[in-house]
Amino acid sequence: MRVGIVCPYTWDVPGGVQQHIRDLAEALIGLGHEVSVISPADDDTPLPDYVVPAGRAVPVPYNGSVARLAFGFLSASRVRRWVKDGGFDVLHVHEPAAPSLSLLACWVADGPIVATVHTATPRSRVMHAAYPALQTALEKITGRIAVSEAARTTLVEHMGGDAVLIPNGVTVSRYEKASPLPGWPGEGGALGFLGRMDEPRKGLDVLLRAFTELAAERPGLRLLIAGPGDVADVLAKVPEPLRPRVILLGQVTEEDKARVYHSVDVFCAPNTGGESFGIVLAEAMAAGAPIVASDLDAFRQVLRGGRAGELFETGDPAALTAAAARLLDDPARRASLSAAAAEAVRVYDWPVVARDVVKVYEAVVAAASGSAGEGRHAVGVFSPSQRSRGVPGGRPPGLAEFR
Amino acid sequence: MLIDVILIAVAAVLVGVYVSWRAGRLDRLHKRTETARAALDAALVRRSSVAQELAACGVLDPATSLLLAGAAHDARAAGHPDELAESDLTRALRAVLSQPGFRASVASRGSADELLAELEEAAHQVFLARKFYNDLVAATLAARRRWLVRLLGLAGGAALPSFFEMDDSVVVADGDGRGSDMPHLTG
Repeated sequence: MRVGIVCPYTWDVPGGVQQHIRDLAEALIGLGHEVSVISPADDDTPLPDYVVPAGRAVPVPYNGSVARLAFGFLSASRVRRWVKDGGFDVLHVHEPAAPSLSLLACWVADGPIVATVHTATPRSRVMHAAYPALQTALEKITGRIAVSEAARTTLVEHMGGDAVLIPNGVTVSRYEKASPLPGWPGEGGALGFLGRMDEPRKGLDVLLRAFTELAAERPGLRLLIAGPGDVADVLAKVPEPLRPRVILLGQVTEEDKARVYHSVDVFCAPNTGGESFGIVLAEAMAAGAPIVASDLDAFRQVLRGGRAGELFETGDPAALTAAAARLLDDPARRASLSAAAAEAVRVYDWPVVARDVVKVYEAVVAAASGSAGEGRHAVGVFSPSQRSRGVPGGRPPGLAEFR
Repeated sequence: MLIDVILIAVAAVLVGVYVSWRAGRLDRLHKRTETARAALDAALVRRSSVAQELAACGVLDPATSLLLAGAAHDARAAGHPDELAESDLTRALRAVLSQPGFRASVASRGSADELLAELEEAAHQVFLARKFYNDLVAATLAARRRWLVRLLGLAGGAALPSFFEMDDSVVVADGDGRGSDMPHLTG
């Protein structure tokens, strides 16, 4: 299939949507599809060969923060030319409700369009309805994908219609193999955490209390923390003598992230809530890290009810202490959890997720060409009976956008 | 003796007259500030409604349209003019209007010319109204800082006026992408 993917945000600015598109495009290419991505990018930005630059994005206030977006007639004509030259079987736009390239692509293109909605947008459907150009553009979308339940709810409420839920994937091969950071995990054992340190729902406080307990009895035990946040705030929560054993890396690169998962004996996901667990857990699974995670619905589902990682009572430092101690003392159990995690994460691997996306493409193309049997089947993908089950193929939902 | 009493009475009357004159002056200043604020609010509402009209006029591409509509919507959503939302609207307008060749691309299409002229007018009005209002706020605040006013509480229960701080320089491009820092550019 020839697939044209539209990225609304500047390619080289780190972001969940950009990473999703990069992973999807590479997975689709891996599956043998022809892919072209158009994205706002400065002219001198080095781009992968499947990315076509659409010119510079302009920083504008949008939804309460400043976003770099591509809009206006010049961007529109660039997209028009790209669509015309591309001869795509299907056009896949991301975040079509953002005032950027995706919306312009819907406006200028004819033919089958699939849209993926990543984030919940606060704008109301009523507001959209007041602007004819917007309605005309959005009406052309035939297949809708939401990456999370929250995104799907917004989509249904604000744009009408329904969506297939296809959660984000993780590129397993990127995390599978990596060498531990020098000196890690070390003789005395190591615990790991990755995520925003100052976001209470990530549960770092729970882990710090458990670590304080554990470290008192295990003189060599260390804690490795990667993610943005205030270092002093974190260290203040640990008793003075233990502080040298808490190592904070701050924000890390993609490569170092993979190494962090390989640097610890037990990876902890002490999150205390939130509707989606984020992609960190799946990355840790891909790296084959033995995992101790909060017993949240989403976590339990992804960790196969505890078979691919230990679960402890959410928010309870004592329960985390006990679970982590058991694992630290039992290398055999760690090895079996590691293998189980690496196995369980396969369903979230991008090539697998991309196949689900291709199913939507096929359905939309069939619906557009109006072929009888195929067409009816295609429509079924978006029917209520299917959507209530979530992803075609029965993969458990829950691996949602978090970045 | 009598002369002393008379002198004291006269002095008291003079002081009384002076104080009440000062109080009246302060009161008028407050009233003028309120009126100026009402004019500023009206100018801001006008600006956002013209922006909304421009967004809906069907001449712009949907992305630009949504950007303007969103910013105008947010500016009005608060119910009262909000400095941040109004500044965001200014920045959105500036981003849209300063695209290279923007004017040429919409020239004589639908009601675009008319709406753009009206938008310039409205943006200029915001600039002026805000300037007048902030000048009056400065004068009022200075008057209220005077020792006599503070000592005798001449301001009474009147609320302390505050400056309206926002980015109001909507750069109107002149067709080739070059703009001016002036809030308004005629012609």
